Amino acid sequence: MEFKDYYTIMGVKRDATQDEIKRAYRKLARKYHPDVSKEPNAETRFKEIGEAYEVLKDPEKRTAYDQLGANWKAGQDFRPPPDWNQGFEFHGGGFTNADASQFSDFFESLFGRGFARSGGRTRFDVRGEDTYAKVLIDLADAYHDATRILTLHHTEPGPDGRPQMKARTLNVHIPKGVRQGQHIRLAGQGGAGIGKGDSGDLYLQVEFRPHPLYRVESRDVFLNLPVAPWEAALGAKVKIPTPTGIVDLKIPPGSSDGRKLRLKELGIPGKPPGDLYAVIQIALPPANTEVAKAAYRDMAQALKFNPRARLGV
Amino acid sequence: MKNEVLSLLSGDVLEENVELTLADLCRACRLPADQVYELVEEGVVEPVGRDPGSWRFQGVSLHRVRIVLRLQRDLGVNLAGAALALDLLEELEQLRARLDRLGR
Repeated sequence: MEFKDYYTIMGVKRDATQDEIKRAYRKLARKYHPDVSKEPNAETRFKEIGEAYEVLKDPEKRTAYDQLGANWKAGQDFRPPPDWNQGFEFHGGGFTNADASQFSDFFESLFGRGFARSGGRTRFDVRGEDTYAKVLIDLADAYHDATRILTLHHTEPGPDGRPQMKARTLNVHIPKGVRQGQHIRLAGQGGAGIGKGDSGDLYLQVEFRPHPLYRVESRDVFLNLPVAPWEAALGAKVKIPTPTGIVDLKIPPGSSDGRKLRLKELGIPGKPPGDLYAVIQIALPPANTEVAKAAYRDMAQALKFNPRARLGV
Repeated sequence: MKNEVLSLLSGDVLEENVELTLADLCRACRLPADQVYELVEEGVVEPVGRDPGSWRFQGVSLHRVRIVLRLQRDLGVNLAGAALALDLLEELEQLRARLDRLGR
């Protein structure tokens, strides 16, 4: 098992005061809280920080941890010394409410996991826990019913009572019209109940894979549509891609850059369905030949256009 | 859990077609009713219906309550602070989506 350097994880010196440790924890917890953070590894970091704090905040555990010595490096192969924690009496006091079942093997080998199971030996029937997972789908999947095969990992108590990693594969129906951030509830697919308690539910949080052409805002879908200056000025009929196929779009004469043309109900289906917006982006033809340059000069002559009139110059 | 491996599972979209009673919400979030009252008072969740017995919560309430509970537990903020954070997070999410739309 790997040694964990709790001081490095918390970003504090080995002689940090309890107050410094608390401040460091508060700051890191806000930064990496999975509900708040956009850091890619927020969840893992948050667990690590919680585990480190669990040890360092409690003078008993911290002293015990310090007994291991300062020569260990993070990631180094670790076995607790045979005389480990002799003469220490843990009171289990001062635990954060962090989810102790998420702590590492390293933590467990030092401090046991007794307290990870508060109320585990209940005689009541308790409904299983609801569980969460993410499902990554393509925008096109939201336009028609789709299916996704997911492999989910979870831990469950093995025959010896220690948690074991289990994997299961689910074939899931992705309902038409589902949107970014929404949750698909699969009844009874969550954690197993205790006693005669029902299983919890599994919630799949939907995320769209980023699309090279489309951006999604709520139910509406946006497409940047490059047009030539004359198409924007004179109007044109052009072909545009949509998540459901190619359609014709009329560009009205005099369309300026950034104008949004709405294609009603071609957004994500639903009640009401979203719209698709083609956002005009005027593309400048390169002046890289004599002919092109001449055409630009002719235009300058013919139009007498001052693009900066509103700036008063 | 063996035979369900490749059978097709279908569910509801929590935010679209799920409605919860007070009892449903209490059970799902493992909260006593008086704590849900506090959440209602703080505006974290907004049920429709006159009295608690006929309250109906939108499915998304479940998600909101869980975030607030986690923020309270993990960051040591109080209920009002967690409710504020929740609103700000939602706004941030919308702004991020808009930024993403405009930024590319």
